[in-house]
Amino acid sequence: MSKEPNILDPLEVAETWSSDGRKVALATVIETWGSAPRPIGSHLVIDEEGNFQGSVSGGCVEGAVIAEAMEIIDSGTPKVLEFGVADETAWRVGLSCGGRIRVYVERIDG
Amino acid sequence: MERSTLQAINAARAARRAAVVVTDLSDGASQVFLEGASFPRKWDSLIVDALRSGRAGIAAVEGRSLFINVHLPPPRIVAIGAVHISQALAELAAVAGFDMTIIDPRTAFATAERFGAVELLAEWPEDILPSRPLDRYTAVAALTHDPKIDDYPIRAALEAGCFYVGALGSRKTHAARIERLGHAGMPAEAIGRIKAPIGLDIGAASPSEIAVAVLAEIIESLRRRDPGGQAGGTR
Repeated sequence: MSKEPNILDPLEVAETWSSDGRKVALATVIETWGSAPRPIGSHLVIDEEGNFQGSVSGGCVEGAVIAEAMEIIDSGTPKVLEFGVADETAWRVGLSCGGRIRVYVERIDG
Repeated sequence: MERSTLQAINAARAARRAAVVVTDLSDGASQVFLEGASFPRKWDSLIVDALRSGRAGIAAVEGRSLFINVHLPPPRIVAIGAVHISQALAELAAVAGFDMTIIDPRTAFATAERFGAVELLAEWPEDILPSRPLDRYTAVAALTHDPKIDDYPIRAALEAGCFYVGALGSRKTHAARIERLGHAGMPAEAIGRIKAPIGLDIGAASPSEIAVAVLAEIIESLRRRDPGGQAGGTR
């Protein structure tokens, strides 16, 4: 067992979970337009059971990112997800603040 | 991302060393670069700019879409002197999101009863700082009034490029300090970076008010720093 990570620090959590043998995906905000709740570089870490720490928005799109992350944990193929205003996008969720974000989701391999 | 890459990022952050992660979005390959190392020529200006500005973003190089992420160490305040002002400053620093450490060799001052949970080191600065080095993401506030305690960390802070160096004391006290540091071989330009009398001029009178003035001056130095020079992290 490794030491307890700081749960407010997604990268520490990701390393600890991965070292403990859990399958882990890391989501990162890579672009924002307009009003976006979390700045570029923000992280969300997800494990294969859907446990998560961190954030890529104010809670608006985390559910969709987690669902995608489960597939990426299986396939190992990274993916860029884009979220816009709720009713202007093909995604079933969106940002109520009117901004748009792109989120890169990758598996931690090791 | 390989787990070894993630470990390298976290190790750099734990060591308070700035790191840049370059991810090729077309194939997912990612690499970590540490401040002070040499960088691949094609990415050099991107990485150097990211370290300076602290800003992450997308860039296109040789037809490939890259994501450049920057991890700067969190800003930290080191207060020299476990004095009344430091007690208030410790509480304010926590609210404003700064890590804080207090150093004072006088064990009567440096007691847990006076400071609670904040990191408190009852050591001489010259004994403790070599093993806990200052860096440019650190603010140093010298608050003892005592040259025997304050002068060494002020010099160390200027040499380490700390984004803020402030010293308590009247103009007269500071004039004497300037003379001492000059005799000790500190360049006038470096001495000129010391904020003294310490704190924004808001007419602060009580120790708590002076702590507000000092923290405000530290925040000003962090947020209005020269983008090409000193840097500090954000949370």
